[in-house]
Amino acid sequence: MHLAYPLVVAALLFSVGVYGVLARRNAILVLMSVELMLNAVNLNLVAFDVWLRDRLHGGQVLTLFTIVIAAAEIGLGLAIVLLVYRNRRMIDVDRLRELREDGTAPAPAPEPGTGSRTEEGAVR
Amino acid sequence: MTGAEVVFTLLGVVAVGSAVLVVTTRRLVHAALWLVVSFGALAGGYLVLTAEFVAWVQVLIYVGAVIVLLLFGIMLTRAPIGESADLDSGNRWAALAVAAATAVLLVTVLVMGFRDAYTPLAPGGGSAESLGSGIFRTWVLPFEVLSVLLLAALVGAIVLSRSDIGPGAGDGAGGDDDGKGER
Repeated sequence: MHLAYPLVVAALLFSVGVYGVLARRNAILVLMSVELMLNAVNLNLVAFDVWLRDRLHGGQVLTLFTIVIAAAEIGLGLAIVLLVYRNRRMIDVDRLRELREDGTAPAPAPEPGTGSRTEEGAVR
Repeated sequence: MTGAEVVFTLLGVVAVGSAVLVVTTRRLVHAALWLVVSFGALAGGYLVLTAEFVAWVQVLIYVGAVIVLLLFGIMLTRAPIGESADLDSGNRWAALAVAAATAVLLVTVLVMGFRDAYTPLAPGGGSAESLGSGIFRTWVLPFEVLSVLLLAALVGAIVLSRSDIGPGAGDGAGGDDDGKGER
């Protein structure tokens, strides 16, 4: 097999993931796009392992390690997303602006009825 | 174009097409289900590349575990089941430009660099036996380090998601979801 086929598929998957990370607003969809990018990396690793005919199988073993790290990442990421949801009642990543440097821009108004919860989350 | 290349091209088209649907669909649950299709097609691609153990691990962990975790996340954040209009943020066209630039750059560089690279596919290269002996002989130290990392991530996720431990646990254990006047 020509190596160009898996490489092109991996490059396209990676750029689809880049688009998803940049364009999506829901935090869970951002996590899904990160998974797509990690899968593109995995495909590259497997393709180069097969091409180089590595006797130690470094590429495929590293693919397994990447899968494990992706599982750990998705667990921690979802825990953080659930914590944000518990404090803010929403998980839109472009409305989480408390850490931005520019203090003059008005902060987006919290949802009615959740003001006390928002302050509680900020204190914590 | 050999048979393996034809099969791999079809699987790659399925994987990339369903990935595009993941990042463009307006329904959250459908995005997770299209992610299943994408990961499954990628597992088929691994099989074509003779990496069979990686393919089965991909099916087990990604399709089995990660998707279920994502569906649980969608469910616990009370996402709407039907169409929701505000899943895309305002910088959509900038994101499209960046992604297109990334795709053009990567595809150009990779095709220019590896245009003549060819490998015959021999079965058995990625079997469980060869990969297992590789992991437990050569790569055993990173394997153990990774197990510690996974344990740490597990403990961290539990600590983050439980509300009755950690700072502020004294005032209203477990009542974090519904207690407004607990302070």
